[in-house]
Amino acid sequence: MLAADDASSSRGGLLRNLPIARLALYPALAYSFLFFVVPFLVMFCVSFWQRTRGRMEATWVLDNYTRFFSRDYLVDALYNSAEVTVFTTIISVMIAYPLAYILAFRVPQKWQKLILLTTVLPFWTAYVVRSYSWLLVLADNGIINSALVRVGLVAEPLTLAYTRGATVLGFVHFFTMLLTLTIYSSLIQIPRNFKQAASDLGASPLQTFLHVTLPLSVPGVAVGAFLTFVITIGDYITPQILGGNSEVLIPQAIILQVQRSANFPMAAVMSLVLMVLVTCVYLLFNRHLKMDRL
Amino acid sequence: MIGNRTRTTLEACYLLLMLGFIYLPVVILVLFSFQAGNLPVPPFDGPSLRWYREVFENDRLLDALANSLVVAGASGLAATVLGFLAAYSLSRHRVRFIGAVRFMLIAPVTVSYLIIGMGLLITFNVVGVNKSLWAICLGHTIMNLPLSFAIIFSQMSDSHKDIDAAAHDLGANDLQTILFVAVPMMKAPLFASFFLAATLSWDEFIIAFLLSRFDTTLPVIIFEMLRAGLTPEVNAVGTLVFLISMGLVMAVAAVLVFRKEK
Repeated sequence: MLAADDASSSRGGLLRNLPIARLALYPALAYSFLFFVVPFLVMFCVSFWQRTRGRMEATWVLDNYTRFFSRDYLVDALYNSAEVTVFTTIISVMIAYPLAYILAFRVPQKWQKLILLTTVLPFWTAYVVRSYSWLLVLADNGIINSALVRVGLVAEPLTLAYTRGATVLGFVHFFTMLLTLTIYSSLIQIPRNFKQAASDLGASPLQTFLHVTLPLSVPGVAVGAFLTFVITIGDYITPQILGGNSEVLIPQAIILQVQRSANFPMAAVMSLVLMVLVTCVYLLFNRHLKMDRL
Repeated sequence: MIGNRTRTTLEACYLLLMLGFIYLPVVILVLFSFQAGNLPVPPFDGPSLRWYREVFENDRLLDALANSLVVAGASGLAATVLGFLAAYSLSRHRVRFIGAVRFMLIAPVTVSYLIIGMGLLITFNVVGVNKSLWAICLGHTIMNLPLSFAIIFSQMSDSHKDIDAAAHDLGANDLQTILFVAVPMMKAPLFASFFLAATLSWDEFIIAFLLSRFDTTLPVIIFEMLRAGLTPEVNAVGTLVFLISMGLVMAVAAVLVFRKEK
């Protein structure tokens, strides 16, 4: 058996580098180059261009960058985005961790897969529809306010929709599902006898959790939190539908530049700033991001 | 110290609470799609199929539905074909700069869809390409290519190489080897890649929003309907969109399960 394997593999190696196998790589490479690398380079160039009288002029000036950082509402948008993203990430992790923990260690094994599947199923409700559904819950005449008014807890409906809270809630709902999945999959990889060993050596349940379980689940938390961060900070739909006009986040500011004034150079600058921000966070998380371990 | 009984009860409560939180908006969405009145808010006065009838009589929605299916199918197919060819090549042939090549193929997944969309919008604008359904297809293909490539590449094994060689020895030419040997071996990952890519394209909003004008996909039309405020028609179409997404996801799951059983 071994000998046969050796023979065939050495022959396969010597034999053919099918020309078609070499060429087959290029369509995908060319596609990535044309529709990913080139657009990025074009966007980079355009960020130095200027818009005068409704036309773009190919110049090489830093005006757009200085303008971005000198406009309060644009810097505010960046700041708002960062805040909403950080809140979302922290709250989602705090909600999802206990859920994943209960699923992994407390629910009988045969039920785990089913409950996990049930938990992440609504992940697949279309993006736009999901935000809209929360509007039905939070609106002035929505489920929550109707119930509160009927019970008599409040006389006037509370303002729940079109606030920052609504935006964060929409995000947290989405990412709780994602984080439960990533945290669960790193928790079940922890060998059960580690916990047994810790308690045999005299650790209390809390100590076991803090010094054994928690550190070993960091990869799942890190991957989930990173994905949460990247998707949240680049999302237009959730703040647009749920946040309404309460504040402008950076994706909304970018779309405004495109829709209101077709100001592509400015939109390019803002997109690049967003991208740099994400890259920085990636480098920050890099140490813990072992995606393939999940 | 809390007893074991109390602890289990607390945990069960938390589990139920979270399931409630996760399902609340979905249940409300579906329930009020059967509303008879004009507003998808309490009190519920259905059940009625009124708004489903409205959806099926709304040409704009039906056109968008067809567009979405075409874009999902086309970009899913394109990403799967490109991903398969690249994965085939990398698994059969020693490539120089393999790290750079893989990085290049995976890179689009590391930036937001918003950035991909903006890059394409600005580039198409500078080059003079019009906004269209085709532009959306191009965008969705680059969005899905990393995923398709990764799924297919992860399933290729070294033994495939020897089977290729055997086919060759038996007289198959290159094209025959790919079509009749390499592709059939990869049936399950190819289907998984197609359906997953189609699901993502079906749901995608921002790229479609930026790259299209009048002829556009369902999520964009639904977003535009929201400007008119809350209406049970959006609930009805949203419920349908959800069902189709579920169908696509089930297809992926079925393919993967089928594969395991073999």
